Parts: sequence; C-alpha cells; structure tokens
Amino acid sequence: MPLITRDDRMIWRRRATGRDLAVWAGWLVGTAIFVWSWQVISENTIWFFVSDSPRVAADIGSRMVPPAWDYLPALWKPLWDTINIATLGTLLALVMAVPVAFMAARNTTPSVLFLRPLALLIIVSSRSINSLIWALLLVAIAGPGVFAGIIAIALRSIGFVAKLLYEAIEEIDPLQVEAVRATGASEGQIISYAIVPQVMPAFAGISVFRWDINIRESTVLGLVGAGGIGLELQASLNVLAWPRVTVILLAIFATVLISEWVSARIRHAVI
Amino acid sequence: MNQTGAIGHAPGVAGRAPMLELRQLFKQYPTGDRALDGVDLEVPAGQVMALIGPSGAGKSTLIRCINRLVEPTSGEVFLKGESITRLGQRALRRMRRRIGMIFQEYALVERLTVMENVLSGRLGYVGFWRSWWRRFPAEDVEKAYHLLERVGLAEYYDKRADELSGGQRQRVGIARALVQDPEMLLVDEPTASLDPKTSRQVMRLLCELCEERGLATIINIHDVMLAQMFVERIVGLRAGRIVYDGPPSELDPEVLTTIYGEEDWTTTASAEARRRDPGGPGTDEERLEGMV
Amino acid sequence: MATPIGFDARAWRPPPLVTSPLLRWGIGLGFALYLTVAVGTLEINWARVWEGLDRGWAFVLAFTEPDFTSRWRDISQGLLESLTMTVVSTVVGIAISIPIALGAARNLAPLPIYLLCRGIVAVSRSFQEVIIAIFFVAMFGFGPFAGFLTLSFATIGFLAKLLAEDIEDIERGQAEAVRATGASWLQWLVYGIQPQVMPRLIGLSLYRLDINFRESAVVGIVGAGGIGATLNTAFDRYEFDTAAAILLIIIGIVMAAEYSSSMIRARIQ
Repeated sequence: MPLITRDDRMIWRRRATGRDLAVWAGWLVGTAIFVWSWQVISENTIWFFVSDSPRVAADIGSRMVPPAWDYLPALWKPLWDTINIATLGTLLALVMAVPVAFMAARNTTPSVLFLRPLALLIIVSSRSINSLIWALLLVAIAGPGVFAGIIAIALRSIGFVAKLLYEAIEEIDPLQVEAVRATGASEGQIISYAIVPQVMPAFAGISVFRWDINIRESTVLGLVGAGGIGLELQASLNVLAWPRVTVILLAIFATVLISEWVSARIRHAVI
Repeated sequence: MNQTGAIGHAPGVAGRAPMLELRQLFKQYPTGDRALDGVDLEVPAGQVMALIGPSGAGKSTLIRCINRLVEPTSGEVFLKGESITRLGQRALRRMRRRIGMIFQEYALVERLTVMENVLSGRLGYVGFWRSWWRRFPAEDVEKAYHLLERVGLAEYYDKRADELSGGQRQRVGIARALVQDPEMLLVDEPTASLDPKTSRQVMRLLCELCEERGLATIINIHDVMLAQMFVERIVGLRAGRIVYDGPPSELDPEVLTTIYGEEDWTTTASAEARRRDPGGPGTDEERLEGMV
Repeated sequence: MATPIGFDARAWRPPPLVTSPLLRWGIGLGFALYLTVAVGTLEINWARVWEGLDRGWAFVLAFTEPDFTSRWRDISQGLLESLTMTVVSTVVGIAISIPIALGAARNLAPLPIYLLCRGIVAVSRSFQEVIIAIFFVAMFGFGPFAGFLTLSFATIGFLAKLLAEDIEDIERGQAEAVRATGASWLQWLVYGIQPQVMPRLIGLSLYRLDINFRESAVVGIVGAGGIGATLNTAFDRYEFDTAAAILLIIIGIVMAAEYSSSMIRARIQ
C-alpha cells in the first residue's frame, strides 16, 4: 500500500515497494542492454574514420557544389521509370491485396481455420521485408531492370494494403450487413452492397498513401539494380561524381514533394 | 499566516476589508473580441460570490485574469492589497499558490491517481525533483489525505482519476484547490457537467469549506436558481460589464432582463409547455442563449 | 434518353462519383492512356525473366530447407550488429526526439523554436534511410556506427513529428489546472502534459523499435553494418538456402516484436 503511517507520520509512495523495486530492476536491465549494445557497435567501428569524419564531410560537401545541371536531361527517362515502378507496382499490389484482406478479416473470411492464418502469414511476410530486400531477391532471380522493381514494390505493398484494409473491414458496422442479409442477398451481394460502400473511402485513402510511400521507395531501388533513378545514383556514386549526385538528390527531393502534394490532393478529393 | 487589513483601499460591501480587488480590468483578445470592459470589483474575505451572465459575457475570462491564466490587457488586480498584475513569472507562480482554482469538467489529470492529483496542488511549494519522484513532504501528504477525508473520498486515494464518477472527480478537484492553502478560490462552472442532486451537494460542500476557511470565493455559474440558493452575493456580468451587484433576494425579473436580455421570467413550467410547439426541445440553457 | 417530365425508371443509374461527365471521361481516358504508355515504355528483358523462373522456383524450394548452419558465423555476426544497432539507435533517437517534439508542438513552443524543430523533422523525413546511410558510410566508414547514426536520425523525424501532434491534441483543461496551482514550467510538463502523452510515446517507441530493426536489414546493403550485408552476399553468391534462412529469421523477429509490443500497448492504456 503506498499510503502508510509510520511514527504518526503519513508517508505516501506512488508505488508499493515491490513494484518500485521491479521498476528499478527494469531500468537497470534496460541500461545494461543499452551499454552492452553500444560496446558491440563500438568494437566494430574504426574510430579513426569517425574522428576523420569532419574533414571528409567538408570535402564531400565542397565537391557536391556546384551541381552538374547539364546532367538533368539524362534523368528524365529514369524518373519516368521510377514513377512507373511505383504506380504499376501499387496497382498490382492492390489487385492482390483485396482478396487477401477479405480472407484475413474475421467477419468476411470463408474459413477461420485455414484461409485466415494463411492470409495473415502472407501479410506478415510481405510487411517484414523491406522493398529493397525484395528487390535484391528479384534482381537475383529475374535479372536487373524495372521488372524486378515493379514486382518488389508490389510484393512489399500487399502486406501494407491488406493489413490496413482488413482492419477497416473488421471495423465496419455489422448492422448494415445484417440489414442487407435480411433482404435475402447472396454473400457476393452482401459484400458489394454492405461492405464495399463502407470500406471504399478507407481503401482509396490507403491506396494513395501507399502510392506516395512507393514513390519514395522506388527512388532507391536502383541501388540494387532494380531500375529507376537509383541506378543513376549508384553509377554516379561509383565514379565519385559528386556534382551529379547533388542533381540526382534534388530531383528525388522534388519528385517526393510533388507526389506528396498530389496524394494530399487526391485524398482530400476522395475523403 | 493571515495578516489582515490591506491599507488604503475602500472597504468591501459588508464593511469587511477586501481580499480581492479588481480595478478597471480590460481584456481584448487578439481576434478583437472585447471580453472585459472596465470591471471594478471587490470581494471581502469569507464571502462567497456568484458571477452570473449569459455565455460569452466574459465570466470565464474574468476569473482567469485574476490568476493570469489569461493576461488582462489593462487594469489591475490586488490580492490583500498586493498587485498580481505587476508580478514577474516567479512571483506570479508564488501568487498562484495562494489562489485555488476549480474547473468545469473537473480538469483532473486523468491518468494520474487521486492522490497524485490532490498533491499536484502542492507543486508550487516543492522543487522540481521532489515532484518528479513524487517525494512530497509528509505534512503535504497528510494534508492531502485529510482533505480527501473531508470531501468523503479517503478510500479512493489510490484510484486513477478516470475511474471516478463526475461528482467524485469534482470533489477531488476541490481537494486539489484546497491543499494549496489558498486565501481565495476561483470556481469555474463547478456544476455544469453534474446532475441536479450532485450539483447541490457540490455547491453545499464548496460553501461549507469556504466558510470553514474564510476564503473569498468567486463562482461562475449558469444556474441562477442554484446560485440564489447558496451564495450571499450575486454579480451579473453582461458584455464585459458589471450590470448587477447585490444580494440574491433582490434578483427580480427586471434585473434578470438587464443581465440576460428580454424574456418572460415569470413563466411557469406548465405555461411554457403550452406555449411551445410539441416536440420542440429546449433546456434552460438554450433558452438563455437564444436571447443573447 | 432522359424524359423531360417525371422519372424514367429504365434510365436510372446510381449517381457517379465524379459529377462532371467531361472530367469523369477525362480522368478515365487519361489513366488508360498513362497505363498504355507506361507499360509500352517499360524495358523488360522477357527472355531473362523467363530464365529466372527456374531460379525463382529454386528460391521457393529453398524455403522448405533453409540453411542456417554453413554461414552461421556471418549470420550471427550480422544479426548481433542489427540488433544492437536497433537498440542503441532507438534509445538515442527517442532521447533526442522528445525535446524536439516539445519544440515542434505549437501549443508549447514560441514560433522561432517551432519553425526550427519542424525544419529538423522535415529534413529527417525527406530522404530514405538508404540515402542517408550512403552519406554516413562515406563520412564515418563502413560498419554499424554509420547504421546507428542513420537509424537515430530517421527516428527523430518519425517520433518527433507524431509525438508533437499528440502534444498538440492534449486536453487543455488538465494542463491549465496544473498551471493554476503555481507549478513551474517543468512541473507543468511532468504533471500536466507527460501523463497525457505517455501511452502514445511508449506505443510509438515500440513501433519505431520494430521499424528500426527492419531498416537495419536494409542499411547493411550499402555497407552500414547489420544483417543486410550478409543477405546481400548470400544473394550475390546465389546461396538461396542461406538467404531463405536469413529472411525467415527476420520475419520471425518482426513477428515476435509485433506480438510483444501489442501485448505491452494493451497493458499501458
């Protein structure tokens, strides 16, 4: 009890003694893990490079300006590829994510015992692995190029879209479903009349949101050979062409800004 | 701790020395709204005063200008002859300990326990690290516990504030204000979120405590009947000006019209029901607001 | 089609989403056109993709017998680096994010500080972790130190933004009541603000821990330490069974992290 009377004085503690000790022990263990982790990092770090870093940073900084603006025209095609990777990848993911989401949602799944765990497994696998790693894998399998990029984006997005969509499906108003079922509608009709109208705004929002994220992610897929502007970045970095790197980074920055603006406009219009 | 007698100020209504004094208080918000338009007011020690008036009359602004949660545009506020309006930040915090405040919707920190909420009234008295580790002096804890006993919540000290009912929360709010050892209380719509019975209980408790401790008290209140029932003085505010100041007994329909605007104040409930079309909703508050 | 008087039951259609027919057809046509052009300009080497199908199948099969043992030294070293990077960068990132979040909340900070903190958040959020990692590797050399810096930096943008939004959404009455007791600014933070945002802060931190682990697998690809480098090597050597083992480990850890964080979040409400 945190309120005790001792020698006629009243003493109040936020927590009882046992809990207090537990909290302290928790902090102690946490600190120990942190310190140990830091030591592991520290052992694997060459501190000479770190101490040298201000000089290197200044050196890179000075090499990056002025940007090589004449390089910009060569970037239009890779930028176009980047946008296509993001858009087509998102579309592909949407097509695959919708059935997965309906299988995963507790109130629409055809089989709780078999299909739902499978759908959840697809979702968690897709979400755990970054699109860059998917790209790494697909480049190894299907060779470098935009195809690997599109599929990588699609595979990564399935889990994201399906997870948010199935959560939206589970949150719908069951009364509306009941009302439509009471009219004698079939399962397919129930989905199209009672469920789809309720989750449509969420679905549109999720799609645009993911497209926006995919634009960002597809800008770096080229680093592992999966097409788009990242290929140019990788090439320029390999030959230490820092003025070109500046231009590429600015182009990426501008693309991300524009895509953010577009997605904000679309979300505003849809919702 | 009660050194009595402020020097050089006009005596209060009942001949008692003023605890609180407002001089030509103006407040204009950046939006251009003029909330207070030259308010002069004196409240003697031990007096419970109700501040009534339509929504937007400036009641809430008035009491917040006293402890400067809202900065007044011009004018002065004195507590026992000491100017509040001229204080710097540190001195203002010390001044705030002397003024307890009770809020509409209780304003308890919901995720803290009842005890922590009451003890937060002592924050102005303890240093930062003591408050961080919750190591309040034993006297403070004892005082907090006795106040909880006084408001009838002693066994609830270890509950989280969001587990309590409305009336219980408001009583914790009262304990939090009183544990400050205040010389006066500012009370903002204490009953707005409570049912009629709990409202009366809370008002009675407030008035008893103020009498026990001789606190000057300003209560903002919408419910005129409730105010008449419990307080000794009523001040009516309209558009930032005081339009009535006197005992509850003199609050007749004519006065109410000056405060709230035109309305047949003699209408009884049954007459009202006959007049209104069926199905038309309407609480006292809506009717009052409709007239502003 | 539409009759001037009354209602034609045969012509009834549900009202379209976009009311202006011109705009509706314009959007549809534009989208179809874009798709055609986009697909048309893709340079895909179908022969190479076709060849890859065999390898793809080999990879799927590798999942049925992942090889944890033959590269276990590399895997365990990579994992150790990833996990320690995750822990340290999350803790450091949170420690830096909290003051920045306070500065980026409009109801706490004066305008100049607000703009400065929002600026830091915007910079941290604009670039992908990988790009930041490339620069840190160039500056600090290969290894987990660059990865740690990258993840800490990314944590700031994420956590400070979301925490600041939560601070802006607090109930003002509770904070005002604490201020009215004569509390100092710091006491006001600890009693009026902190209890209100604590559940959100814990939830976001756990979420970020999870994200940082996933990202730690990525920054290794550009040399910033962690399991990513091991994975990259495995793919380069076409050692699909080792790659499958690593991916399974990542998925397993992420699942465990998600499960435990949802348990913790449910308890602290």
